[in-house]
Amino acid sequence: MSLRIYVPGDAAAMSVGAEAVAKAMADQITSRRLDASVVRNGSRGMFWLEPLVEVETPRGRIAYGPVTAEEVPGLFDAGFLEAKPHRLYLGLTEEIPYLKKQERLTFARCGITDPLSLSDYVSHGGYRGLERALTLTPQAIVEEVTNSGLRGRGGAGFPTGIKWRTVLNTAADQKYVVCNADEGDSGTYADRMIMEGDPFVLIEGMTIAGFAVGATSGYIYLRSEYPHAFRQLQRAIAIAYDKGYLGENVAGSGKRFDLEPRMGAGAYICGEETSLLESLEGKRGQIRFKPPLPAIKGLFGQPTVVNNVISLATVPIILDKGSQYYRDFGMGKSRGTLTIQLAGNIKHGGLVEKAFGLTLREAIYDFGGGTASGRPLRAVQAGGPLGAYFPESLLDTPLDYEAFAERKGMLGHGGIVVFDDSVDLAHQARFAMEFCAVESCGKCTPCRVGSTRGVEVIDKIIANQDRVQNLELLGDLCEVLTDGSLCALGGLIPFPVQSAIRHFPEDFDKPAPSPSAYRPNRAQETQPWH
Amino acid sequence: MSTSQGWDADRALARIQELERLPGALLPILHALQDEFGYVDKAAIPLVASALNLSHAEVHGVVSFYHDFRHEAPGRHVLKLCRAEACQSMGCEKMIRHVEDRLGVKLGSTTDDRGFTVEAVYCLGNCALSPAVMLDGKLYGRVSSDVADFLIDDAKRHS
Repeated sequence: MSLRIYVPGDAAAMSVGAEAVAKAMADQITSRRLDASVVRNGSRGMFWLEPLVEVETPRGRIAYGPVTAEEVPGLFDAGFLEAKPHRLYLGLTEEIPYLKKQERLTFARCGITDPLSLSDYVSHGGYRGLERALTLTPQAIVEEVTNSGLRGRGGAGFPTGIKWRTVLNTAADQKYVVCNADEGDSGTYADRMIMEGDPFVLIEGMTIAGFAVGATSGYIYLRSEYPHAFRQLQRAIAIAYDKGYLGENVAGSGKRFDLEPRMGAGAYICGEETSLLESLEGKRGQIRFKPPLPAIKGLFGQPTVVNNVISLATVPIILDKGSQYYRDFGMGKSRGTLTIQLAGNIKHGGLVEKAFGLTLREAIYDFGGGTASGRPLRAVQAGGPLGAYFPESLLDTPLDYEAFAERKGMLGHGGIVVFDDSVDLAHQARFAMEFCAVESCGKCTPCRVGSTRGVEVIDKIIANQDRVQNLELLGDLCEVLTDGSLCALGGLIPFPVQSAIRHFPEDFDKPAPSPSAYRPNRAQETQPWH
Repeated sequence: MSTSQGWDADRALARIQELERLPGALLPILHALQDEFGYVDKAAIPLVASALNLSHAEVHGVVSFYHDFRHEAPGRHVLKLCRAEACQSMGCEKMIRHVEDRLGVKLGSTTDDRGFTVEAVYCLGNCALSPAVMLDGKLYGRVSSDVADFLIDDAKRHS
């Protein structure tokens, strides 16, 4: 058998040169007349080591990284195909502590298999969940997902099984499964990784969801910032159709499930499920009033399951190994594993899949190795742009939905952005309001107008203009946003703002910067249509 | 990137007709038009409206809602600079100012020689390798001011 060399085809790995490395590898194989091939796997999620090249040996896969294209001939000269030492030698991939300490369930295959090889997928446990689902009644599938304790990984943490039960119990001629792949939170990339690194697991999860609730049609709504993931999904879906895993007779079951990826158009709000549905229908991505819930009246007015990528990609392993297996991981009401994404100013940024319960500190220091800059850590924002800024003193918070909520924070999609001591939290608070102003869908007044007023008030606070009064005004404004907004964007934007004021009051109490030193960043101007 | 040969109603109609029967066809159609021309020309609005049995206002409302859809042709290269929190924590604002100064443009505009359109973007999903940028659809990580200069010079050589 020809020797396999793995060079990730993941967009992040390619963003630091994996494409050139893969080409250099192929060139060396040709010029040295070797019996070897290059597989473009997903990323293992250790981004500081990307491009991470692996070579298959009788002992297991050996890793080298970070590899540059210039170093590839040297690697061959050093005998890396026989796992010989080299400056970039990292040993057995599975033994790298960062990976070894993880509990990879959803990401079990990511980085290991060829993402577009269905036979690789099946030989690594793929489609066993579907196989078992086909022996169960829809009620029993829903029961299994409910019992697993799986909660929506998109942010809100709503129990997935309860959503499914509502759709199952709502009679309709047509139902839909919609995957929310509008991963817009800064600091998150788990959805992108799984769609690029193991797309069949998402396809399988959606198919199971379809059979569970009686839906024959599914859409993946993917953000346009992920063009690479979009192409990967298109290819994987075409393969699944070709091999009979999608279409009118899924895996010979006689049951139908169709799946189509759709591209968003650069609107953060479309990660909110009702805006997403509006967008899929071809409308402005403005949120809908709830009720009716999408589970009852969703896409094109029909009962619709809307789940995040990670939620759906976790369904196959729950069906395969049983709800109890999945439940046994985790703590309290947060069952199973959490896919933590270490991001921002962090030395060892990457994906950490672990049972719920790890603390922020353990994630940032034991895995992440502290800040990338080497300067002291000052603030951490978990849960995306609507998440709270935590100071060092809250780092012992366990990564668990309830523990974060108790500290007025949000775990969200599991992104953790680390800032060193150069951060100015007054500027971050201003940015939160500015972001909300740029991304507001405009439907409700608190969010549409309040966000712009918020930017203005914070500007005045920074400029030391009636600071005490303006801080009070900002508090009132945040209260209006929290209580009066229709959805989570306006409703949660006070989280980063108020946490910044609460935990970092000194940043709101500085002398006013000179006008020349203070250059607030302006949002991208939208061009008026004439 | 589009070859930007300018607006052509026949080509636009061909793209619209390929997609008009999809459920919820409007976004796929607008993406196809932007793909074809680099932007969504206002002359497309009546064509799309008539194909989908919508009012001009409805189509206009959708085009203007989404940040992606441009109302005029972009430069030869489109450079999207991430300014979300993870990239901020790694100094993207400094790099962005450098790019703005170097190219003599502000975010959301095109250089006078039509070489570059520079846009802000909020998260490219490359947050462990911040700061991130996207040049002509290709993602780059750890983009310091120097790397940004290199990317700009390289793009100039190839245009």
